[in-house]
Amino acid sequence: MSAVSTPLTRSPEASPAPSRDSAWSRWANEHRKWLFAAPAMAFVAVLIIFPVAWTGYLSLTDAEGSVRAESEFIGFQNYLDVLTDTDRFWPAVLRTIAFTGVVLLFEVVLGMAIALLLWRPFRGEKWVRVAILLPLVATPVAVGMMWRLIFDPNIGMANQLLGWIGIGPQPWLSGQHSALPTTMFIDIWQWTPMVVLILLAGLTSLSDEPQEAARIDGASTWQRFRHVTLPLLMPTVIVAILLRGIDALKTFDILYATKGRGGGSFHEVETLNVYAYGLSFDYNDYGVSSTVLIIFFLIIIGVMWALTYRKKGLER
Amino acid sequence: MKPSRPYQAFRAVALTLVVFALMAPLLWMITASFKTNVDIYDTAKAFVFSPTLKNYDTVLQQANYVQFIGNSLWVAFAATVLSLILGVPAAYSMSRFNMKKSALVVLMARVIPGVSLLVPWYYVFSNLKLVGGFSVLILSHMFVSLPLIVYIMMGYFDGLPTELEEAALVDGLTHIGAFRRITLPLSVPGVATAGILSFIFSWNNFMFALVLAGADTKTLPVAIFDFVGYASIDWGGLMAAATVVTLPIMVIALFVQKYVVSGLTAGATKG
Repeated sequence: MSAVSTPLTRSPEASPAPSRDSAWSRWANEHRKWLFAAPAMAFVAVLIIFPVAWTGYLSLTDAEGSVRAESEFIGFQNYLDVLTDTDRFWPAVLRTIAFTGVVLLFEVVLGMAIALLLWRPFRGEKWVRVAILLPLVATPVAVGMMWRLIFDPNIGMANQLLGWIGIGPQPWLSGQHSALPTTMFIDIWQWTPMVVLILLAGLTSLSDEPQEAARIDGASTWQRFRHVTLPLLMPTVIVAILLRGIDALKTFDILYATKGRGGGSFHEVETLNVYAYGLSFDYNDYGVSSTVLIIFFLIIIGVMWALTYRKKGLER
Repeated sequence: MKPSRPYQAFRAVALTLVVFALMAPLLWMITASFKTNVDIYDTAKAFVFSPTLKNYDTVLQQANYVQFIGNSLWVAFAATVLSLILGVPAAYSMSRFNMKKSALVVLMARVIPGVSLLVPWYYVFSNLKLVGGFSVLILSHMFVSLPLIVYIMMGYFDGLPTELEEAALVDGLTHIGAFRRITLPLSVPGVATAGILSFIFSWNNFMFALVLAGADTKTLPVAIFDFVGYASIDWGGLMAAATVVTLPIMVIALFVQKYVVSGLTAGATKG
């Protein structure tokens, strides 16, 4: 386009035709701020505000069976029931927290280690980058199915490998206590590369001077990492934790793909999101499911707020 | 300073292990998709077996996957294009006028749990007789695409100097004209990044289609479950189906690797 290659010369097509200087054009230019932003905001707002408001309302009713069925306003009864439910609700809360905490810990530590290994250029870098990209663009449901075969207790490669080094077969996904850690492993496999990419972008943007200064002062490799690189990188680490944390709290695809409805027959991997989905679409218990969702939503907002607050503190 | 010899050796070993850990499961999935179920059950034939295309025949011919591939392509494409039309101007405005609170409204879409949206949507759209059709699916996938596009494009516009726009204004272009003729052409790499990321995330999305798609409109991630029965699993078919879903997106990602990486890390190193 000529307007781009020679932006400073006045080409005939770049000058506004008189007809374009209409009332509409003047109005549009004056109000361009909202003319541009409003459609996207309206789209999101209509599709969010209405459902969230409705979820809030449903959580105060005994809606059940069909969304069209008559329901009664029962105040905060659902909240009382849910918050005293030690059978499904609190175990789901604990699983959600455990899942998110464990995967974040491993993903950040492993991600940091791999990012540091990749920091300085070397031969074959291209291949490592390809390998890092593939898991995180792979469809999570398909990834779940893939690991389901590998972790199959009878025919899976995982137990075969253990057999070669003399360890007995493990139940993996089908064990009542091993299912949740196994799904954590799958999440770590798929999403550590994401943390690597984010931290690597952060590392690459760091200036070399503080490193050099510390080296001249005689700081060891570990001291340089601990006292120079890490503090400078901390805001990026928090971004990585924030982005991964939101998604980890809401993990659904791999849990549903590996254990099916309700997080397995003993609800082994039933997190808040899986529980809320089951209440909504398997039991049609809309009142209770809305209550769980509102509490879940508040947890997510709380975690996000705390992390953003921490990040602002670091930047000051 | 060049890294020391022992460190170079350590790095080579460590990264080889990383590459192996990331690639081996994917290769194993693809390998299994070329095995008969008899060979999958026979652990002696883990690496030595006679490859067969039978599973792909099952997936593409009997299981109707050609149609589901079309569904996935259409939904991801339409959601991406519509989100770009809505999202790019919005991101421009939010970047230039520093509309932080407005941006937060759009980004809320990323934070909110999808289930809380699905119940009301399902109710409204089933009243409008739209559930099971493409329009609702595309609308729901726009919910994934739009925040992503706004987030990536805001970062891109933040980094774009305003001098060229100002020069265009001096030259007599209107503000909107300057956006259309100067800023937009300069933003092609950013739009490509946002569009590719949006396509990938829409293609991979599972939960919205699980609830809102009909038997004829379901997308590939939902269709995978056709191979998981209550009693038994057709492992060969399942792995071929999983390969059909993931391989295209992985190949696309490799070709546009630079864009995918810059999209995934957008906004990571500042504000």
